[in-house]
Formats: sequence, structure tokens, C-alpha cells
Amino acid sequence: MARAKIPRKSTSIDMTAMCDVAFLLLTFFILTTKFKPAEAITVTPPNSVSDKAAPEKDVVLITINPEGKVFLSMDNEEKKEIVAETLNKEKGLNLNINAFKKAQFFGTSFSKLPSFLALDEEQRRGDNIPGIPCKDSVNNEVTDWLRIIRSAYMGSKMNLLVKGDNKSKYPAFKNVISAFKKNDLLKFQIITNPEAVPIGSELYRQAKAAVK
Amino acid sequence: MAELDTSSGSNRKKGPGVKKSKKMSTRVDLTPMVDLGFLLLTFFIFTTTMSLPTSMNLYLPKDTDNPEEQNKIKDNSALTILLGKDNNVFYYEGILDNNNASTNFRSSNFGLGEDGIRSVILKKKRSTDDKDFMVVIKPSDECTYKNVVDILDEMTINVVKRYAMVDISDVEEQLVKATEASGGSN
Repeated sequence: MARAKIPRKSTSIDMTAMCDVAFLLLTFFILTTKFKPAEAITVTPPNSVSDKAAPEKDVVLITINPEGKVFLSMDNEEKKEIVAETLNKEKGLNLNINAFKKAQFFGTSFSKLPSFLALDEEQRRGDNIPGIPCKDSVNNEVTDWLRIIRSAYMGSKMNLLVKGDNKSKYPAFKNVISAFKKNDLLKFQIITNPEAVPIGSELYRQAKAAVK
Repeated sequence: MAELDTSSGSNRKKGPGVKKSKKMSTRVDLTPMVDLGFLLLTFFIFTTTMSLPTSMNLYLPKDTDNPEEQNKIKDNSALTILLGKDNNVFYYEGILDNNNASTNFRSSNFGLGEDGIRSVILKKKRSTDDKDFMVVIKPSDECTYKNVVDILDEMTINVVKRYAMVDISDVEEQLVKATEASGGSN
């Protein structure tokens, strides 16, 4: 039987277009991605309808972990140096200033700070660090920290942030706030995860009216 | 796949002195490159965090001992919200005293229903003069940080212009505890 000859088609497809798309998306994601620094303290912040991005510079961050331990971190190394020097002068702690500048966060009482700085970075995790004592108004070391930090930031802008865990109890937050009040730091920001404005609420209507 | 075109094509007549060069295909097989592209793409899609953390501003009032500087709450235009443990919310309107504690003190929740705190705030807001309307938030020691932020967020959602966070009084704390112990809702 004579069969009609089927022309053989090549199996190779032109990949150029697909390659273009893949790399375009890749470039986009590479450029937009921002790696989360490994967090020594795991905290899940609550949600809010606020759409203001959290500031990234000159941050003084107070973290409250689920057990209510309070930690403090700063990003500006120059200010950190000033704070370390003030601490050495005031409390006679004899801190290693370089280690102080490198430390990502602080979470002990002042007296234990030198041994805290001597620890390895690996060992400084939220679970095995006692946190800054601020149980009551008498022994509230956050107040001292903030007073020193505030004078270090004298004349420049400082963004005071509070990042608390969903599960932490209110008293820890209350003690932090009372430390703020004592230092006349009356403006601060709470770090939250964004959330959509509930449809039909007053804010929703206001936002819609503003668009129109 | 990565084929090189080695067929020297048609032997065209070349002029004298012109070297016969092999014609190479310009087509490169892009499959491995696409593979690599998508691999990296997947990686970055999974690691990226699209939603950056946001922040809400909070302004604290200055503590003052001088009673004349303190803001007075008008009797009936205030709504006091108390936060208990296990996401319980309680509220009362105006001033709480022994006479009206049983009727005025009511329980609510973070839900969206009729007795949810959002509709309570809205109802009170509509029924009072905007100038005098004030929400007082009193978190008890048992409530969580999430509850506090949630209630502050409710203030933003419901556009409450005046609100304050105040320490809970002993009487109120007892009342919250007693209501919670007796089974919560009313």
C-alpha cells in the first residue's frame, strides 16, 4: 500500500519568547525582593488598616515578645556609640563599644549588659535572654534606656517604634508606654501588618469620598 | 537540540579568492536558559515579601496632675470600652455607678454582628453630638496586645476623633472578672 508521506516536523520550539518572559519576571522579583534579616526574636505583629509604611531610618524599636519580654534595638551606629559611651560614664559598665555597635538588640538589665555583649551572636536569641526589666514603675530600665537614647538623638529625628506580639499581655505594653510618658516621648508608632479597610465602614466611605 | 548547521548549503559559485566559510546557524537552544530562569523566578517569588509592615501613629496625652488641665468627659457622651481576657470586650455608656451597673454594663465582642464592638461604637457615635463624643479604652491586665491594637484600629475604622487609653479601675476590673466568671455574655 502506498502511504502518503507525512512531513516530519521538528520538535524544537522557539524558546526565545518564553525566555524573555521568564527573565523579565525574574528581574522584577529580584529587584523587588528584600530579604528578611534573620530574626532573633520571633514576633507576629497584629493587623491594622493603616497604610503608612513603617520608617526605616533612625529607628528605635521596642519589641515585645509573646512572653512579654522587652527588647530594644537601634539602627544608627553613631547614636549607638554615643549611647554606649553614656552608659559607660553613667553606670560604669565598661562596655565594649564595638560589640555594642554590632549588637542587633539589647535585652538584659544594665548590670548584665557586659556579659550579654560577650555572648555569641548565635546565642542571643529571644528565648534565652531575660529581656529588659520593666515590670513596674520603680524598676523600669526602659525609662533609663529611653532617656539616654533621647539625649543621643537630641536635635535629630528619631522614630520610636513598638512592635509587639499578638499574644503578649497588655501590662508589658503598659509599662513600655509609661516609660515613654516619663521621657516625654509622646509620639510613637506601632508596627502592624496591613489589612483591608472593612467595606461599608466609616473610614471606607471617607476614603471613597476622597477619591471622587 | 543545540544543532549546528553544518550542511554547507548549496555550493554557490564564489568568486576567485573568496574563502568558503561555513555557515553557522544563529539559533541557540534556549531551553536550559528558560529552565534556569524559571527556577530562579520560583525562588524569588517564594522568598519575596510583598507586604511591607505598616505603622500606626499613636499620640499619648501628657500626664498632668492638675485637674484643671484635664479634659472632662461629659456624662452621657462617653463610651467606655473594657478589654478582658480571651478577647472579651465590655462597655458602658456614660458613668458607671452602683445604681446602673447591672443594666449599663454590657458585654460585646470583636465580631461583626449586632452586638459587636463596631456597631456599638457606631450606634453611640450617631446618637451623640460629634463634639462631645469620646471613647475611653480601658485594657485590663488580662487582655492581649492584639486586643489593644485591634480596638485602636476600630477607632480609625469608625473615625472616632477623640479617644483615650486609661488605666482600669479596681471596681471595673472586678466587674469584668465577675462577668467573665459568670459565663460572659450578659
